[in-house]
Amino acid sequence: MSKILPAPYLSLFLLIFWLLLQNTITPGLVVLGCILAVAIPLYTNRGRDFPAKIHKPLKAIEYFFLLLVDILISNLNIAAIILMPSRRIKPALIEYPLDIVGEVPITVLASTISLTPGTITAEIRRDGRALMIHALNVEDHEKLIASIKQRYEMRLKEIFKC
Amino acid sequence: MNMTELPAWADWLVSSLIIIGALFALIGSVGLARLPDFMARLHAPTKSTTLGVGGVILGSIIYFSVTTAFSWHELLITIFLFLTAPISAHLLAKAGLHLELKRVANTRDLRAQPNQYSDED
Repeated sequence: MSKILPAPYLSLFLLIFWLLLQNTITPGLVVLGCILAVAIPLYTNRGRDFPAKIHKPLKAIEYFFLLLVDILISNLNIAAIILMPSRRIKPALIEYPLDIVGEVPITVLASTISLTPGTITAEIRRDGRALMIHALNVEDHEKLIASIKQRYEMRLKEIFKC
Repeated sequence: MNMTELPAWADWLVSSLIIIGALFALIGSVGLARLPDFMARLHAPTKSTTLGVGGVILGSIIYFSVTTAFSWHELLITIFLFLTAPISAHLLAKAGLHLELKRVANTRDLRAQPNQYSDED
């Protein structure tokens, strides 16, 4: 099985992607989509040197929706900061110590931080064990680090088992 | 096709979604001009645009689903946006960091060893 489908989630994603591009579902398109979804990962798999396994797919879907809600909140937050003329912002560069390991989980975490309220990931420390975050408006950085840890990193740790 | 084909509820929904989307896109652009330094400016376009584009896309999905056939492929735009927004923000932030652009005076640097994040030895 793993020989034909080296990356099952990539295949699923490609199939959905293909059907979305076509914007209709007919048997012919589904068959063609399935062929592409098997063939493309077979061809590109030799370029993948970052193995990552999702151990808990359901948790990953939950994570996605949590992220969606947080992105909405973050939009409102930033809009409020922009529109309030009197509010003085308190930017800070924060060092965020990583608990998780592996390229893919850290990339997902860094992207999550960039998409959520008032924080952007700028750089990873040379030893790869900490991220540098620019926060737009932060009072208590310890609290921010703790909230990212328990809201996102713990969940990613469960999803990727790393 | 013209807008009169839309039932009243869809008319209200689509127009409010598009206006909300446009509003957030505008706020993002205002933020780009108003915030004090490079790093702070980055926050506005990366975040506010997701809701701005999201509103317009939702409006488009509802409009075409009501008037013609069920339409989902606008969702691809959202997927691409969610994939590319953090990466471009990351690259810009990284460039700003390494070029040591001026930061506003009240930015606190809480890094233990700032040199661990730079290329210089």
